[in-house]
Amino acid sequence: MADVANGLKVTATGPAQWTRGKVAVALVAVAVVLTVLRYVGLLPDALFRIPEAMIPPAAVWLDAAFNFVKDDLGLLALTRTLTEGLEWLLDITANLMFGKRRWPFLGPIPWTAVAGVAAVIGYYLDGWRMAALGAGTFIWTALIGQWTIAMETMSVLMVAAPLAFFIGLSLGILAWKHAWVNRAIKPILSVLQTLPFFTYLLPAVIFFKVGPTAGAVATTIYAIPPMILMTTLGLQKVSPEVVEAGNMSGCTKWQLLRHVYLPSARTEILVGVNQVIMLCLAMVVLTAFIGMPGLGAKLLAMMGSFKLGRSFEIGVTIVLLAVMLDRMSKAWVVKQPEHFERDTPWWRRHWYLVTGVAVFVFFCIAAQVVPVFAEIGRTQNFSQGKEIDTLIKAFLALDPVQNTTQMIRYVLNVWILNPFRDFLLSIPTPAFILLVTAFALSLGGKGPAIYAAIFFGLVALSGWWDRSVITLYSVISAVTLAILIGVPLGIMASRSEKWSRRALLACDTAQTFPSFIYLIPAIMLFGVTATSVVMSILIFAMVPLTRYTIEGLRTVPPEMTEAADMAGATRMQKLISVQLPLALPTMAVGFNQAIMFAFFMVIVAAFIGTQDLGQELQRTLAGTDLGKNFVLGICVSLMALTFDLTIMKWATHRKKALGLPD
Amino acid sequence: MTADTVISCKNAWKIFGADPKGYLGSMPATHSFDDIRADGYIAGVKDVSIDVYRGEMLVIMGLSGSGKSTLVRCFSRLHDITGGAITVEGQDLMSLSEKELIELRRSKMGMVFQSFGLLPHRTVLENVAFPLEMRGQDKHTRRERALEVIKLVDLEGREEYFPRELSGGQQQRVGIARSLAIEPDIWFLDEPFSALDPLIRREMQDEFLRLQGMLGKTIVFITHDFDEALRLADRIAIMKDGAVEQCDTPDQIVLNPATEYVRKFTEVIDKARVVHAGVLAQAGSTGDGPPVDARATVQDLARLLVHDERAVIPVATDGKVIGGMDRAAALDILLETS
Repeated sequence: MADVANGLKVTATGPAQWTRGKVAVALVAVAVVLTVLRYVGLLPDALFRIPEAMIPPAAVWLDAAFNFVKDDLGLLALTRTLTEGLEWLLDITANLMFGKRRWPFLGPIPWTAVAGVAAVIGYYLDGWRMAALGAGTFIWTALIGQWTIAMETMSVLMVAAPLAFFIGLSLGILAWKHAWVNRAIKPILSVLQTLPFFTYLLPAVIFFKVGPTAGAVATTIYAIPPMILMTTLGLQKVSPEVVEAGNMSGCTKWQLLRHVYLPSARTEILVGVNQVIMLCLAMVVLTAFIGMPGLGAKLLAMMGSFKLGRSFEIGVTIVLLAVMLDRMSKAWVVKQPEHFERDTPWWRRHWYLVTGVAVFVFFCIAAQVVPVFAEIGRTQNFSQGKEIDTLIKAFLALDPVQNTTQMIRYVLNVWILNPFRDFLLSIPTPAFILLVTAFALSLGGKGPAIYAAIFFGLVALSGWWDRSVITLYSVISAVTLAILIGVPLGIMASRSEKWSRRALLACDTAQTFPSFIYLIPAIMLFGVTATSVVMSILIFAMVPLTRYTIEGLRTVPPEMTEAADMAGATRMQKLISVQLPLALPTMAVGFNQAIMFAFFMVIVAAFIGTQDLGQELQRTLAGTDLGKNFVLGICVSLMALTFDLTIMKWATHRKKALGLPD
Repeated sequence: MTADTVISCKNAWKIFGADPKGYLGSMPATHSFDDIRADGYIAGVKDVSIDVYRGEMLVIMGLSGSGKSTLVRCFSRLHDITGGAITVEGQDLMSLSEKELIELRRSKMGMVFQSFGLLPHRTVLENVAFPLEMRGQDKHTRRERALEVIKLVDLEGREEYFPRELSGGQQQRVGIARSLAIEPDIWFLDEPFSALDPLIRREMQDEFLRLQGMLGKTIVFITHDFDEALRLADRIAIMKDGAVEQCDTPDQIVLNPATEYVRKFTEVIDKARVVHAGVLAQAGSTGDGPPVDARATVQDLARLLVHDERAVIPVATDGKVIGGMDRAAALDILLETS
């Protein structure tokens, strides 16, 4: 921690920050003194860790508060009523998608019909390739024998995504209309976005029953924030002249919103839809932890029993679904309406709709005749789970492979990770808080420093200090490793237009994968061990790092690099003294995202068996320990928010100082 | 107020800032634009009194930031004025309820915008029919009417296009058609041709004059282009720092600038193209010989003025002599010596 703080501080020193730097150095000095005192055994225990007796029983208070709201205020009764409506919706989609025996007793829709409609939608949105992706995804899912579990997942997604869309849109409109709503919503949103997902899950379970309903609720809540943000952004961007034109056309307020504002904000709203869908998919997979059946649950079970072949196949299905949903919704964003000549007949104007319905009906009828079109039986599928399993295990058992993975594991654990963790744990709590504050002060200034001190102080008071430090340690070590690999990778890719494009495409695609997927390669290589945790975080965090490094370097104004060329700089000189300084603010956004991703992943990885907050959080899911669950969740959120505030503050500040656009 | 005043604006103020009303109340009357700005407020419209008569074309002209767009937005109450009063067809604009205001806009006002303000997700036909749709007309009638105005602005055959598929000039034709769809009595045009390139602008001005010749609406036209103002206006109001410096006919503005600012503005103008014979005609000595037309500009008469030897040339409207023009004075204007 001290190293990191010192290393980053160098970039922030300057005449203007001299006093800030001085204060930061003083804070670090005090922290060092405290730590040394501890090492020589002079520091009283009360200053090393806050004594148990002094820790406020926050969990108990929260529990009491929850119980009051839940029972005395009748919230539980309300949510249980809501549950019924939600259950009704979920039953309909469940019946349609995988034939659950509920009203309207129509399903399941034959897989061929779904694949056919996906192909038509894909073709309408972006031509043959999208059609192939749409159909291919569903054909793969059916042939590999995962149709039912995939449709279980989809049936929840189909309820949660529209719900999140409508709630997000309405709240977004409110936040845009009334400044006070905006002010009230903003801090809640930033906490929500850093809150670990386990914290969404438990309240969902308690208030909305175990299973699909709780899964749908958690998924919906998780996906709302970006929709609110995009809606507000889109509405604010509508050109004032268009609004005035609406007013002069005699629009009432409602007409203005419905016919002028919302259609003009179409692009941003659709980008919001894309994000809603992707977040829903990411979350719906994770609801496996509260017993939601579907792809996530299957993957969890397969990984737990180390069935790598099946895990891999499910991973491919999830990735295909993610890529398809992402590409299609993005194609929808850029899709512009086409005009028809006057007096074009109705069926020509709605050609794709007609074709889609025709394809659907055709396959529904065909499925009555050819059973394979309706469903692929257990013995008919092409799953190669066992074979892949043997293959992967044989590969891992090869001497060179085994030696390499074992060496990496040994070096990482014995030389780097464990010593680092023990070092962090040996720092007295007050010293640790001082170090974090110094870091925030030197990078972000006074505001973030105050927040850092308060936030980490609260974490210390939560009584989960050691576990929080271990969480932080996983995050810091994984992100540091990710920086060591991801940044050079980004620098290399940014050298040529072609490679930048490819790397960006790869990163964008990888970012659409639900986080769960990243565990698969880590577990494949390193088994169910602590190294896998760091490795999965590393891969997950590397994506934004590489992405923003490339973006930062590519957006350096060409005049500047040309000026460097004409000044006779070598490639290295140009990189170090021109490109990197100018790219750093953009890269900082990447660092920030990497840290946020890491905080997310470290919790997901908990089920492998870690000693951090995630582990405790996961344990709370088994019971009804709502208070403890919240305390743990808030701890993670507070730590993540500290970094978020500090780094983003630095990035915007720096961008302004360099005169770069936001 | 005379019977044919359509818009009457009395000591109107529009101030932007934290508490405009309170500030206007406490502000000394002698405060200048810069004094107000020093207090953290912006005077968008500063004590403006102006009348717009039925059937005339009033061009409001000024540099950017002079408050011309703000003033016209006060006329249509897109902005609420801070002080003073504006009446439209005898109705006090500020006392209208929201419903009455919407009704007024739906029945009497049309507006054209600088960057068109078209709805990107609607076709040309749907854009033009938009105001009709808002006032709840049924699909068939509004389609008929929209096709009619689309024909009027020469966009036939493009009804089903989307705005992004049209050129700038065509987009503004859509904007014009939309503003005419409800058959407004009052037509506001906010720098309608400024976003177009010069050749198209000229063409659109001709088109606009043709339309006005057919429709004869009451028009408030905003521009920062003096040539455009001179070409189109019955009267010109020149604005600076939110206030109207002078409001008069083009001839009078060129011949008798009221302030130093207006004089500087008119300096570069070729006066011979602006001043009409009718303005120079003085009753009394009418001179002899064949008269010239009062509507001819000095430039139109250039050849005659140089070759004719009469000291006073009679000026006539529709064949009836209204007075005599001093040839030397007219020559002075032609030769820019005055």
